[in-house]
Amino acid sequence: MKGVTLNMENKTSSKIDLDSVFSVKNVSVNYGDFVAVKNVSMEMYKNKITAFIGPSGCGKSTLIRSFNRMNDLVPSAKVSGEILYQGINLYDQNVDPVQVRRRIGMVFQKPNPFPKSIKENIAFGLRVNNMTDNLDDRIEKALTQAALWDEVKKDLDKNALDLSGGQQQRLCIARTIAVEPDTILMDEPCSALDPVATKKIEDLMQLLVNEFSILIVTHNMHQASRVSDYCAFFTTKATEDGRRTGELVEYNDTKTMFTNPIQSLTEEYISGRFG
Amino acid sequence: MNSIKDLTKTNKEKAPKEIIFLCVLYLSISIAIITLMTLIFDILSTGSNRLFSDYEVGLVTKQQINNPQDFLTSLDSRDPLKAGIGPAFVGTLWLMIIVVFTTFPLGTGAAIYLEEFAPKNKLTRFIELNLTNLAGVPSVIYGLMGLAVFVRLAGFGRSVLSGGLTLTLLILPVVIVASREALKAVPDTIRQGALALGATKFQAIFRQVVPSAIPGMVTGMVLGLSRAIGETAPLIFMGALTYVNYYPDSPLSGFTAIPIQVYNWIGYPQAEWKNTSSAGIILLLVMLLTMNSIALIIRNKFEKDW
Repeated sequence: MKGVTLNMENKTSSKIDLDSVFSVKNVSVNYGDFVAVKNVSMEMYKNKITAFIGPSGCGKSTLIRSFNRMNDLVPSAKVSGEILYQGINLYDQNVDPVQVRRRIGMVFQKPNPFPKSIKENIAFGLRVNNMTDNLDDRIEKALTQAALWDEVKKDLDKNALDLSGGQQQRLCIARTIAVEPDTILMDEPCSALDPVATKKIEDLMQLLVNEFSILIVTHNMHQASRVSDYCAFFTTKATEDGRRTGELVEYNDTKTMFTNPIQSLTEEYISGRFG
Repeated sequence: MNSIKDLTKTNKEKAPKEIIFLCVLYLSISIAIITLMTLIFDILSTGSNRLFSDYEVGLVTKQQINNPQDFLTSLDSRDPLKAGIGPAFVGTLWLMIIVVFTTFPLGTGAAIYLEEFAPKNKLTRFIELNLTNLAGVPSVIYGLMGLAVFVRLAGFGRSVLSGGLTLTLLILPVVIVASREALKAVPDTIRQGALALGATKFQAIFRQVVPSAIPGMVTGMVLGLSRAIGETAPLIFMGALTYVNYYPDSPLSGFTAIPIQVYNWIGYPQAEWKNTSSAGIILLLVMLLTMNSIALIIRNKFEKDW
């Protein structure tokens, strides 16, 4: 049996099988007095791909952005509860968000290369992290890992904005892994890409998962079923004041989730009856 | 009745209205362009003979004493045929240098602070509102302020430095607003991308956001500068000289500028001064066109398709 469970009592048994990367306890995220996502508790595991699925507005992007403290950029955002990353509470006062983001990389929905050369795009992260020894080797390694090296090795000085959307996104993955994080968060990385480019990114994820733990938010549940080892399904519920709050409905290993979901809501979603 | 023939039918009932409206539009644009062209043609025709050929006054052709090209380099004179724009040209160059070196750091600095660092509170809103208002303040007011602050209080005298600083104040609001627009045009995803790689806020702003905004900032700067060199009123108010027979050699020397020189010349009674002042205007026009073209080239070359 795989050690997947939401029960805290069984935590010890799950630890034997898998190392936990993120341990989320009763996490809610508010924007002002608006509750975006409420009372999420879950464990995510090392060297696995965990997917967050669910309809728009269910708080999955909000949640993933609190995992590397990107939500700090929104002044009204407030995270309550505990997010433990390898045992350390990310929202502890002594934790430096800059260091958090350096260890937990992020790939965004829309490819966002810097308007500079391909080489500079990767060198920037290395420079700000003082990893400038063997700069060229590191750039080559990152591009190779991101399955982009063969396509761009001849024109590393070309402006990154001249690449295709799929190549840009792989460049963004390359610059993320260049700074050697432990975990990569992906916020709908394929939503702006065509199926061929999407396939490339999905294949890439299967390779990267050997070295990194990956968390992916996706609208596309087929993608979740194809790439992920674990899957969390979120949905929205109306609150008394008529606004909608995201909630975690079910979290399980992907196979179980898609063949034998426990919650009827999950079954309805994955069978396409809503969402 | 909708038949496929409707697609080919020309809609004749509507046509007269459309034609009239189009004519009004053409008329509006023609008035603007014809006025401008007339002015430019008039200036070129009266100014060119001072620049490039001999004078004809009545029936007599007067040989110009100086080589025509000397107009740019000779000093002012009581004789319209000898008067050159040298000191005013150099004075304008001095002003431009002072304005660039003060406006660029101050303008971009203020813009970066307001756009990237300033807390979004009432004070910031108040400053932003007043920046927009300052951009609309009549330029003579800046001249009076330059007189009070730089000439008298700071003790720079009626110098080219005081003039440059006055013009800096004049164009600073415009440059700040343009620089802020340039920063705003950098998508937020660039900031987030940099931060997600473990960059600090400073690194993200100064190594990614600001470099991406530099072309826009430079464009704003050049346009501000071209406004500054065309200004006459504030400089006259703060006490620029009108007859200068030497080249300004330090920031504290007295000076005149092209628009003041032209304004001065055109007030003299002899007919030849008209040609001389037109020649001065041609020089100013060439400078303005050059600078605006530079701004246009920078904008087109570095315009990004995010």
